[in-house]
Amino acid sequence: MPRWSRLLALLLILAVVLYPLIWMVGTSLKSPQEIASNVGLIPHDFTPGNFASGWHKFDVDFGRFFLNSAMVAGLAVVGNTLSCLLAAFAFARLRFRLRGVLFAIMIGTLLLPGHVLIIPQYILFRTLGWVGGDWPYLPLLVPHFLATEAFFVFLIVQFMRGIPRELDEAATIDGASPYRIFRHVILPLSRPALVTTAIFSFIWTWNDFFRQLVYLSDLKDYTVPVALTLFIDSTSETSVGPMFAMSLLSLIPVFLFFVAFQRMLVEGINTSGLKG
Amino acid sequence: MSTVRTAARAAQPAGPPRPAVNRRGPGVARRREGTAAYLFLSPWLLGLMAITAIPMLLSLYLSFTNYDVLTPLSEIEWVGWANYREMFTTDPTYWHAVSVTLSFALIAVPLKLAAALGVALLLNRPFRAVGLFRGLFYLPSLLGGSVALAIVWVNMFNRDGAFNSFLALFGVEGAPWVNDPHWALETLMVLAIWQFGAPMVIFLAGLKQVPTELYEAASVDGAGRWRQFRYITLPMLSPVIFFNLVLETIHGFQGFTAAFVLSNGTGGPVDSTLMYTLDLYIKGFVELNMGYASAMAWVFLVVVGLITIVLFRTGRFWVHYSDAEER
Repeated sequence: MPRWSRLLALLLILAVVLYPLIWMVGTSLKSPQEIASNVGLIPHDFTPGNFASGWHKFDVDFGRFFLNSAMVAGLAVVGNTLSCLLAAFAFARLRFRLRGVLFAIMIGTLLLPGHVLIIPQYILFRTLGWVGGDWPYLPLLVPHFLATEAFFVFLIVQFMRGIPRELDEAATIDGASPYRIFRHVILPLSRPALVTTAIFSFIWTWNDFFRQLVYLSDLKDYTVPVALTLFIDSTSETSVGPMFAMSLLSLIPVFLFFVAFQRMLVEGINTSGLKG
Repeated sequence: MSTVRTAARAAQPAGPPRPAVNRRGPGVARRREGTAAYLFLSPWLLGLMAITAIPMLLSLYLSFTNYDVLTPLSEIEWVGWANYREMFTTDPTYWHAVSVTLSFALIAVPLKLAAALGVALLLNRPFRAVGLFRGLFYLPSLLGGSVALAIVWVNMFNRDGAFNSFLALFGVEGAPWVNDPHWALETLMVLAIWQFGAPMVIFLAGLKQVPTELYEAASVDGAGRWRQFRYITLPMLSPVIFFNLVLETIHGFQGFTAAFVLSNGTGGPVDSTLMYTLDLYIKGFVELNMGYASAMAWVFLVVVGLITIVLFRTGRFWVHYSDAEER
């Protein structure tokens, strides 16, 4: 295919891909009257008022929802990175009796459809008294501290395979224990995989909806995705602008991560299943 | 082709560990290493037990009961196969949810993969803006699963949404897509296909691994573009296609957020977007019929498991591992 037609095709696809995003930005800046009359990309009058009215739309401000989301996503990042790193080190570098079996089980949970577990987990957490308490985030966070997202364990294992084994062998000959090898050899060299894990943990938890919908029932505890669904209930024409404004704000953290770590994210995908 | 080999090897443990040398002798070192391993694994092991295995067994048990959350666990009644029987025979929405989910996965997943492969082929040439294009095409995969984007999507495909005004440019009068039971699911499929970036990135990585000598040899032999694609690219890429197919299929069966937003949690209009997971949510968390929902979850697990096995079985016939020993 000649160069220019390839580029033309790519630009057309890009227009289709970006249109919904640009349209969201445009619509969030239109007045209620204009939303009804003009469905184009660019507002005739830029009205930032949607952001203020969306922010204060419900009894609890969106500031609170953003804080809740940031806390859940932040703690999920810490939990995932830490617990998956520990498990990955054992799988990638240590010998133990059940290694083969446990590794196979870990890969099996990778293919396990997560939604199957929602109901029994809910029952379990409810029995433990974690559901609907003063701090309803335990059911959302505890699994992240127990390396339940096998994808990240696998990603870090794959990365650690690439670290030359001679390094740990040299350390072993010098009498280093597995803990010292972990702390002084593998951990410093695994940083790129950990950053990828952290970024994906953040984005996925920030966007996660099903679990947050199930466990958060009190308005003040809502995270951003759950709060956004409140707009759907109020279907009046005037709520479209504020709804778009808040939707746009909710995507900004993800977008910033994307801009800052674009290269790493794309490379991270490749590392996950494919790089040898 | 290291790329391809690793995807195939995913089901094996990470490389054979070499014997460690230690001044205190191999026995002590080995025992010490074993203890350390379980210590490192302890969070994962606890999670495997408490968050995965025990809940799974619990839900298997509950699927034979009438558990409804409100009555204490000690007072629930064993109902035998009643939940399963009801699901397969009298439940008015069950088979409908199955067919909605199947048609979603069967249509959206192949189209998404085709789009991903097509765009990857377009991008698989060195030019300056490749990185930029790749990044921008990937963006929807990061944003697309969110409630925010589902909201945008639903509004874009409203009766007087942006899509219809685009059609109007060509004099076509559009349907009220998201409110039309014939079209609501299709708009969700388009949303899924729009997120072709993640499999595209994986295809690109795979394409990079195809040795260029193969194309050179083929073009010397007079093979045209289509034949090169058919007899070199596709076979060499088949492990990556397989990898994407398995992941996207499992993912496709679990669509929830967009269907929830489009229908405000009901699966409407007229149950046209009642994805299996949404039906499960309604039965379990709205109607509080947790025993029944557990049965639904188990059938889902078994079916997804069977489909994965079938994919792996059929994969044997069309997935080529170029470095595989003759089997």
